[in-house]
Amino acid sequence: MLASSQGNEYVHPAAGVGTPVLSLSGISKFFPGVKALSDVELELYPGEVTALVGENGAGKSTIVKILTGIYQPDGGTITVDGKAQVFATAQDAAHAGVTAIHQETVLFDELSVAENIFIGHAPKGRFGLLDLPKMRAMAKDLLDRIGARLDPDATLKDLGIANKHLVAIARALSIDAKIVIMDEPTASLSHKEIEETYALVDRLKAEGKAILFISHKFDEIFRIADRYTVFRDGQKVGSGKMDSVQEADLIQLMVGRSVDQVFPKREPKLGPEVLRVVGYAHPTEFEDIGFSLRQGEILGFYGLVGAGRSEFMQALFGITKPSKGAIRIDEIVAVIRTPNEAISHGIVYVPEDRGTQGAVKGLPIFQNVTLPSLSKTSRNGFLRLAEEFALAREYTQRLDLRAAALDQDIGELSGGNQQKVVIAKWLATKPRVIILDEPTKGIDIGSKAAVHEFMAELAAQGLAVVMVSSEIPEVLGMSDRVIVMREGRVVSEFEGEDLTPENLVRAAAGIEEARP
Amino acid sequence: MSTVSLATASDDGAAPVRQLPDRLRTRLQRFVGSWELLLLVVAAAVFVTNSLASPYFLDPWNLSDATYNFTEKAMIAFAMALLIISGEIDLSVASIIALASTAMGLAVQFGADTSTLVLCGLLVGLACGAFNGLLVTGLGLPSIVVTIGTMSLFRGLSYIVLGDKAYTGYPDSFAFFGQGYVWWVISFELVLFGVIAAVFAVLLHWTNFGRVIYAIGNNPTGALFSGIRVPRVKFALFLLTGLMSGVAAICLTSRLGATRPSIASGWELEVVTMVVLGGINILGGSGTIPGVFIAAFVMGMVTFGFGLLNVPGIVMSIFIGLLLISVIALPRLWRRYASRKA
Amino acid sequence: MSMSPTMRLLKSREAILAGAILLLTLAIAIRFPAFIKPSTLANVFNDTAPLIILALGQMAVILTRCIDLSVAANLALTGMAVAMLNTLMPGLPIPVILLVAIALGALMGLVNGLLVWKLDIPPIVVTLGTMTIYRGIIFLISDGQWINAHEMSDAFKAFPRAVILGLPVLSWIAIIIAGAFILLIRRTPLGRAFYAVGGNPHAAVYTGINVGMTQCLAFVMSGALAGLTGYLWIARYAVAYVDIAGGFELEVVAACVIGGISIAGGLGSVGGALLGALFLGIVKNALPVVNISPFWQLAISGSAIIIAVAFNATSSQTKGRVILKKVELAL
Repeated sequence: MLASSQGNEYVHPAAGVGTPVLSLSGISKFFPGVKALSDVELELYPGEVTALVGENGAGKSTIVKILTGIYQPDGGTITVDGKAQVFATAQDAAHAGVTAIHQETVLFDELSVAENIFIGHAPKGRFGLLDLPKMRAMAKDLLDRIGARLDPDATLKDLGIANKHLVAIARALSIDAKIVIMDEPTASLSHKEIEETYALVDRLKAEGKAILFISHKFDEIFRIADRYTVFRDGQKVGSGKMDSVQEADLIQLMVGRSVDQVFPKREPKLGPEVLRVVGYAHPTEFEDIGFSLRQGEILGFYGLVGAGRSEFMQALFGITKPSKGAIRIDEIVAVIRTPNEAISHGIVYVPEDRGTQGAVKGLPIFQNVTLPSLSKTSRNGFLRLAEEFALAREYTQRLDLRAAALDQDIGELSGGNQQKVVIAKWLATKPRVIILDEPTKGIDIGSKAAVHEFMAELAAQGLAVVMVSSEIPEVLGMSDRVIVMREGRVVSEFEGEDLTPENLVRAAAGIEEARP
Repeated sequence: MSTVSLATASDDGAAPVRQLPDRLRTRLQRFVGSWELLLLVVAAAVFVTNSLASPYFLDPWNLSDATYNFTEKAMIAFAMALLIISGEIDLSVASIIALASTAMGLAVQFGADTSTLVLCGLLVGLACGAFNGLLVTGLGLPSIVVTIGTMSLFRGLSYIVLGDKAYTGYPDSFAFFGQGYVWWVISFELVLFGVIAAVFAVLLHWTNFGRVIYAIGNNPTGALFSGIRVPRVKFALFLLTGLMSGVAAICLTSRLGATRPSIASGWELEVVTMVVLGGINILGGSGTIPGVFIAAFVMGMVTFGFGLLNVPGIVMSIFIGLLLISVIALPRLWRRYASRKA
Repeated sequence: MSMSPTMRLLKSREAILAGAILLLTLAIAIRFPAFIKPSTLANVFNDTAPLIILALGQMAVILTRCIDLSVAANLALTGMAVAMLNTLMPGLPIPVILLVAIALGALMGLVNGLLVWKLDIPPIVVTLGTMTIYRGIIFLISDGQWINAHEMSDAFKAFPRAVILGLPVLSWIAIIIAGAFILLIRRTPLGRAFYAVGGNPHAAVYTGINVGMTQCLAFVMSGALAGLTGYLWIARYAVAYVDIAGGFELEVVAACVIGGISIAGGLGSVGGALLGALFLGIVKNALPVVNISPFWQLAISGSAIIIAVAFNATSSQTKGRVILKKVELAL
């Protein structure tokens, strides 16, 4: 259990002293076709909060999984208290004193609050049986300590998302940890809950824990972190003390590419309106979304992860049903209840989750491309392979697909090339509106440039493009206009000179005025 | 739109556009490494072993009789193959046979003629398939549990109607389906089996519908996101499996000339084994009709060979169980061994 | 948002099922009062005891997102094996017989579990296969012969029927196992791991639980209970043959599904499995009483499976992720 010190004033003697409790050196991790981390360094100090900053796909989640024993690194060493450690399992990591509060709360709906907190390391009584009264009491203690008024016997599924989060925090604290990893702990919390989380972080600091704090929100990083480490494309690109860095410097480090990455120069030629959405709403995911889109336009949707952007786009594509709202295509009211209807109206969707929603792995490239166009390549329902190959060749070539042959399994391609196949699949249907959801997430820089180039080309040809992206340089570099969403609602819209990183970040995080 | 051709991002437009080949390997090359070829070798080996083990094996009439060991099961297996490729399963097929056969027996009691009997068998099969399909696609229930339930229900209905009795007295003309010969030793069932195999091969490998089945089996979400009406396709496959069970019920009832509620019991296992032996991935997404076709012959030959050697039926079921597990286990063990060596 | 404990209890599936069983029993009792005589009810319970024991083992397996269709074959093979052992060595004491039965059953469960854990073969395929293999082995060892009452020793036959405090040993064993299961499920790390593995296998890994091993242990447990039941069954009916308890695996799965144990894993209770088994047991025993042919039983359990699984699916529709704060506050 935790050290008994409950006082907030207590400052760990080692706080700020230059000996890290945990240090990673030379950590690398490869996945088939992707280099997730290469030669990464990270140091965590007792009584200090280290903010880990980076864009989506920079390798933050991978480092968390390595620190918690879920992944084993392909190279490098983990040192805890001066001793080299190998985290072969989640339990090894816990024994070494590492605990994590995860992005997606890792919990069990059918178990009670107390059981969720203690599963894997529950107190045992006689005959090795679980000591339920003790477990309940310990759970109560932990919950009290984080200020959560929850019944330890309540079943988790009956709790709201914020309370589930508190259970996850209590679980992390139930392990006698020296190192606490908080992976976007405030991503889906309300203002009051966020304040409570900050108070908790302060308390953990005072208890001498080393905290790794992963966040996209700059205001909170500056508020609670003592140090920072920035990752970009699987590499550490900077670290230091918070008091010697400015927000702009961090953004610069984080997106780095904005300096060396060139977005295609565009002269948008806007045509008539193709799509107008009015008052789209969903019972739980989003509310009152409205916008209009013109031919040749690239409309960016920015927001934090979980702002409801993908959920809205999927409703627009007919995957989920909206509870309210209307769509007009070419000024004519249209109803979209299934993806099939969306496609026939010329609206197509390139999903963020390429692995499960985009690519049909197991099918060859050409069959992926022709899947929504089979009625065009076939005659009387019978396949005509020659036409399929021709169609697949035409569109994959335009995207400069790198593959061995058109009958290669799409699962064997790199992420960037899979994305090209998915885009080719939709272009082959000759759409009016293409929705790209995080189109360059997790793909290599070369493919990113190709996808950007192609988007510009499509817009120039008169296609209307909607791009959901969490990467600020991409949003700024590609969009003619940007809509920012937060907590399921449209909060602002920027174009022209208002399109600045500060404006987007502020609107997405809900910050009223600029930091001094 | 199609007039614009896009060069690569970095090139200045003068570089020739890369040309991807259609296929990496020729048809022959793909055949050489295939499961189907392995099955053909096994089939040949079984054939040779059988002919050496028993002097009666090579008799044309004996061989013709042997085909009854697999024709009816294989008819269902083709439809089951499509269902399993799409990621579902139907364990109620043998019970559908029982119910369809019972319905035909009942119809005989009311003096139905042969064509009515056939219609009756097909309709009951379709109705059972529709019931399964509705529960799975309409209510979104897992097909394993649903069909374990309908497996009891359908056969249970037969027991309610028949109890410990049996229906007989089928019209003479009805006997043709299970006992008739088209030419010399070629039975009607064998011909029907061949026709059904051809139809399913075309359906799965040469039509849009077949392509969509593979897409759903490999990634149902991806298929949905590509505009495919996944529930509709799955419903059609349950319907098809029910229909083929009805066809098998007609053949089997005609061949036995009697209906008992225990008819075709345990066939679901043999059908699934046949499908898996044919190289259909039990988790969905891959496999071919020619594979199932050859697997049907292999299983029929082996059963026949055991029969010639007087091995009792229950021992053959050990063999079938072992076959089912080992055809799935062996490739996995091999892959593990291969990856450890690499 | 939180209900009072009594409300929660009343709305639980167990309460609904218990109510249904009570109503069913009462309905039968109104026309046939003899059905609710304590001695009749004790008989019904004793008849249902094997189903209860197997349903508990099956519950552990289903909780971990697996299924065990080989339990009836396991039961029959173990039964035949101990019956043959008894004919060969009539003097072998009952505790040894019990141990052999449990060990043999556990071994068969281990085979299932290892195939699922180490080779990652879908449980339905593994147990469909082993189901026929185990049945076939009975024929091999018995040569298709029956073992009849006169070939078994008296002590062998008497054990499950011996009456203690008004109930036969068979009933007591079911009660003891149910008690042990409550302890196992609620009070041991393994019991909670069953729920974790089935409820969220991905998250279970994060908490340091070995998913495959947990599933394997569930199979071993189910196998051991099937083995134990094998001896009790053969001794009680004093006969062993190849086809004994044929199709019983479906009744066992039916009991679990009716008891609200979700086939998708991670959801279900000991009480549910007990009540599901009792429901089927009462139906089975009531059919002859109310003059319905026993041939109805198969169709009834089939319908019960379908209705229960449909009911489970519609009542446990998952709530969407809540982004809109307003909505969450309104809840």
